Amino acid sequence: MYILGIDTATRVAGAAVAGEGRLVSERFIHNRKTHSQNIIPMIRQVMDDAGLKPEDLGGIAVTGGPGSFTGLRIGMAVAKTMGQVLGIPVVGVSTLKALAWNVYRASGLICPVLDARRNEVYTCIYRSGFKGLEEMINPAAMGIEQLLDELSLNGEDVIFLGDGVPVYKDAIVGRLGSRALLATIINSFPRAGAVAELGMVELQQGQTGDYTFLQPIYLRKSEAEITWEKKHGQ
Amino acid sequence: MIPERCGQVSAETIILGIETSCDETSAAVVADGRRIMSNIISSQVPVHQRFGGVVPEIASRKHVELINSVIRQSLDTAGITFRDIDAVAVTYGPGLVGALLVGVSAAKALAYTLSLPLIGLNHIECHIYANFLINPPELPVVCLVVSGGHTDLIFIKEHGNYELIGQTRDDAAGEAFDKVARVMGLGYPGGPLIDRLAAEGNPAAVDFPRAYLESDSFDFSFSGLKSSVLNYLNKAKMRGEKIDKADLAASFQGAVVDVLTDKTVAAAVKYGVSTILLAGGVAANTGLRRELKRRAEPFGISVRYPKPVFCTDNAAMVACAAYYRFLRREFAPLTLNAVPGLKLGADTY
Ligand SMILES: [Zn+2]
Repeated sequence: MYILGIDTATRVAGAAVAGEGRLVSERFIHNRKTHSQNIIPMIRQVMDDAGLKPEDLGGIAVTGGPGSFTGLRIGMAVAKTMGQVLGIPVVGVSTLKALAWNVYRASGLICPVLDARRNEVYTCIYRSGFKGLEEMINPAAMGIEQLLDELSLNGEDVIFLGDGVPVYKDAIVGRLGSRALLATIINSFPRAGAVAELGMVELQQGQTGDYTFLQPIYLRKSEAEITWEKKHGQ
Repeated sequence: MIPERCGQVSAETIILGIETSCDETSAAVVADGRRIMSNIISSQVPVHQRFGGVVPEIASRKHVELINSVIRQSLDTAGITFRDIDAVAVTYGPGLVGALLVGVSAAKALAYTLSLPLIGLNHIECHIYANFLINPPELPVVCLVVSGGHTDLIFIKEHGNYELIGQTRDDAAGEAFDKVARVMGLGYPGGPLIDRLAAEGNPAAVDFPRAYLESDSFDFSFSGLKSSVLNYLNKAKMRGEKIDKADLAASFQGAVVDVLTDKTVAAAVKYGVSTILLAGGVAANTGLRRELKRRAEPFGISVRYPKPVFCTDNAAMVACAAYYRFLRREFAPLTLNAVPGLKLGADTY
């Protein structure tokens, strides 16, 4: 079975085809064009490279959040609509988990941080388990200091990756010193190949991949709702 | 780009239209631009009501939640499958960028997966073409597009050829309706509420100013009128006077309608057309429809407007406008992007 991986959650766009135990084709673009312009031509390219037609796909995996709200919706609308037309399962893969997958099986803790603005990061703490990544905390939007408090509790090394790393590098290194391992350029962003691979695992584990219920996981309400709830004391 | 079966097997051209430019998620199937096989509209009005207006981020989230079920319903209602479609059409501007992107992304995914031509449309163009559903008028025409975001007078010589002859210099007519409804405490959206109230009031009760601008101008201005209504309400409040809301609504609406109809009829006469089209959300306003007909009649000019359901944002008008582009083979590439400030006749592809 072949699966198409799609990622438009952060500043990079990615598309990949995986199947038959290998990554068949992959594209990764970090340029000035928008995801809206990039993503469909990229999908067409990786499908052509793999020698596949849309009908040959057995499933679609897409980064389901957190990330840029607009980016998540572009990927989600594309993935769900392709799944609808083709009648195949569509699974959402956590953007944080996809990032952590870049360094799966490394020892210590893995901490993806996405810049969530307003002095917060979207983050989660993972540990490489025997059968995959184990979540040590729930994915959430939180202040960098709160995250670093959490990570200071034990003495393990922590690999940091994601677009929040350059933003909060000083704070991270300041608190954790040599325990903080910063990711290299090639594993700093989500990879569509990882999204495809993780999606494949989920489908094999019995995830139904019903596109009708699949939605982005924003981890944050809209500004208007936050303001409204403050005003109305909720 | 054109699939082989086009114009061969099926006698009719079946287009799936998608519209997500503001707060309605809509998909429709229209054959040959006039036979409406389905027109599904999922309105978000209740979602935005507590905020007193459309919240772009919430609208975008709702679109992505609703788009696929709306597409599903549009096909089921039309009794067709994806394989029966000849082209996919979508609004790519003007509108809320995050909202537009949901429809554009879905439409491109459809076009790629089904190897179908993609047609990108201007939202204003779609409102105009709501008049071509069912029984298309003959061109040339002058069209008045009135909505929450637009007040445009357009001369349409032939399909796809638009000349903007006038537009608002400040507030759009629909915007003035919404703002006045808010200060009157009527709620949102304001247009239909004022229209209903105005039907019971006296339009001569309050003499509000009519901004005609320069004598040869077809431009509009509604901000002065809006301020006058505010002043009137403030004065009444200070004096402790009770206002008659129906009279106020009728007088305000009368002032808007006067300027809109005068300029539209004058434009139609100047451009020598025999048909005026009304389009956009405010085209559903009964006072505007009635008055425009009454004033155009002596000049032998007929006035046409879409049914109310086609005045609001809907995808049937998208699929209809797309049909005329389909005939001209004006197809968009898969790099099509949302263009929030798209100008009529200034396509970016
Ligand atoms: Zn509209």
